[in-house]
Amino acid sequence: MTTTLLDITELAKRFPAGKPAGPIARLRKRFAGGPEKLPQVYAVDDVSFTIAQGETVGLVGESGCGKSTLVRVLTRLLDPTDGGIKLGARELSHTPARRFARDQDRKRIQMVFQDAGESVNPRFTAFEAIADPLRRLRGLSGTNLRHKVEEAASRCGLPLELLTRFPHQLSGGQRARVGIARAVAVEPDLLVLDEPTAALDVSVQVVILQLLQRLKRELGMSYLFVSHDLSVVRLLCDRVLVMYLGKIVESGPARAVFDHPLHPYTQALVAAVPSINEHGHTRLRLTGEPRSPIDPDPNVCRFYGRCPNGVDRCKTEMPALRSFPGGREAACHFAELTAQ
Amino acid sequence: MIVAPALQVEHLSVEFRTRSGIVKALDNVSFAVGKGETLALVGESGSGKSVTAYAIMGILDPAGRVTGGKAMLGALDLLHATPDEIGKVRGREIAMIFQNPRTALNPIRPVGRQIADVLLRHADVTRREAPARAIELLRAVGITDPARRAKAYPFEMSGGMCQRVMIAIALAAKPSLLIADEPTTGLDVTTQAVIMDLIGELAAEIGMATIFITHDLALAAQRAKHIAVMHAGHVVELAETQEMFAHPRHPYTAELIAATPDTAASLDQLASIPGSLPDLRRADLPPCRYSERCPRKLASCDQPLPVMPPENPHTVACWNPL
Repeated sequence: MTTTLLDITELAKRFPAGKPAGPIARLRKRFAGGPEKLPQVYAVDDVSFTIAQGETVGLVGESGCGKSTLVRVLTRLLDPTDGGIKLGARELSHTPARRFARDQDRKRIQMVFQDAGESVNPRFTAFEAIADPLRRLRGLSGTNLRHKVEEAASRCGLPLELLTRFPHQLSGGQRARVGIARAVAVEPDLLVLDEPTAALDVSVQVVILQLLQRLKRELGMSYLFVSHDLSVVRLLCDRVLVMYLGKIVESGPARAVFDHPLHPYTQALVAAVPSINEHGHTRLRLTGEPRSPIDPDPNVCRFYGRCPNGVDRCKTEMPALRSFPGGREAACHFAELTAQ
Repeated sequence: MIVAPALQVEHLSVEFRTRSGIVKALDNVSFAVGKGETLALVGESGSGKSVTAYAIMGILDPAGRVTGGKAMLGALDLLHATPDEIGKVRGREIAMIFQNPRTALNPIRPVGRQIADVLLRHADVTRREAPARAIELLRAVGITDPARRAKAYPFEMSGGMCQRVMIAIALAAKPSLLIADEPTTGLDVTTQAVIMDLIGELAAEIGMATIFITHDLALAAQRAKHIAVMHAGHVVELAETQEMFAHPRHPYTAELIAATPDTAASLDQLASIPGSLPDLRRADLPPCRYSERCPRKLASCDQPLPVMPPENPHTVACWNPL
């Protein structure tokens, strides 16, 4: 039996869209009755999922679908509007992000950002970059600190003589190693990886992916792997979550989801991935632009309008995310038909 | 072999003067692209793909210099044309789509106006007709509500839409050659598929040749008729797409294919490529710039690279090919 590490329940994050009204308009509104309400961007809307200990979960979806907001909320860099974030036995959603920065559990969730060349302080050497979280979160100093930094660096395959270098003096692959080393140095339980290989060439990408897989085995971490590269997600992840406009539209074991996608959005996503063995064009194409995430109609499927098989029911009833055999979930009125 | 090339590049060499020495960025690069066909230039960053494109377009950085070779567009050698001659063909006969459309477009000019600018300069359109033609072009690249969108600024549009605008600008004058430099990098896979379809359809419609620059081997496989693999400023292998993937002959090509996550069943099956690109400033660069990383290196690899006759359908710059 696997133990649940992270439990996200009905998580929502909404941002106000547009400027608040000026003082006169506000007064006028108040006299007209009712509180002032701004339009809201539903960046993350009613998202629930779990990550088990030692599990690698992939999060895929197009830009603007809310992946990054979801990640920022669950790493507690942003406060959720609604819902629960449970790490082990601890409920994190009530601790404000500002206070969580100094929380004892901060070190349990760490992040690897997309391009370490931009996410690491350019005036920090590789040593300083890796030492910083160790100092702040584990209170290390002196020889203990040096020892830990060197251990993290060698674990991530970063030659120790490179520790004195600044980010711009390192190659893309070496920078990626620094980004990973600083995150794993404090020995987190959950590592959130936001497109860690997107800026790398294929030859380097392979090495970094294999490094991540080895670290996970050695340190027993769980991964949330955010990517839009489906062929990488397929290789690295046990389970995958597919997000569309703030909602999870499909989830399940990575191989099953990519081999037999149940949701039409996942189908389009899989069809769009080019393959060496396939020459020419595939037929399934998404047309049009995504619906607006500002105050979306709760009764219309978010995918309606781009969906190749949208019918009238799709604009009067939002499909619920429901279970399918094999640990899968999908939110489409036609998923049962597809599953057969 | 390409019978009627739209562009024929022969022995192109380019150097950059830098404070730390001369970078031999391109050496003896040759390829041709046929009318209505797509040639993909693939390779890792620093292999010289974009420099090749910039040299052909005549937009190399002032530190760069073409040191040899020619690029024939019909009877005109683009590398040795006068600024006047090249100004006449650039935008009209050859056009380019850049990576990162948002920064390549003018941020303070509505997109409709930017398309109209190109039409006025290159397409013999009157000032009166231009706005309507621009809207027509926006519709042709699949932008809904083009009349309203024509008034929008680049920051008001998504990355995919900006790339459509770039395509509309590039194709405004119906060029005979399009250079697309990583046109879909940074776009979602779903948008990537639609944009690549669009380029393919428009190219077929006007019989345009396309040079497609990408680091994505799978995308090149899907879209190009021929593939040229570049490494450290050399074209190491050039063949028809299916032939290239079925029988890669250069060790570097084979390693690139083995590193692509596309077909592997597990991570362990993927192989990395040992070593890194050689420093192109070195005076003692070996004739084969891959030899120091190559597992199949022979003593004979120190002689100048073999020269393949251009009519050979599958050329490989290697003394010990697979």
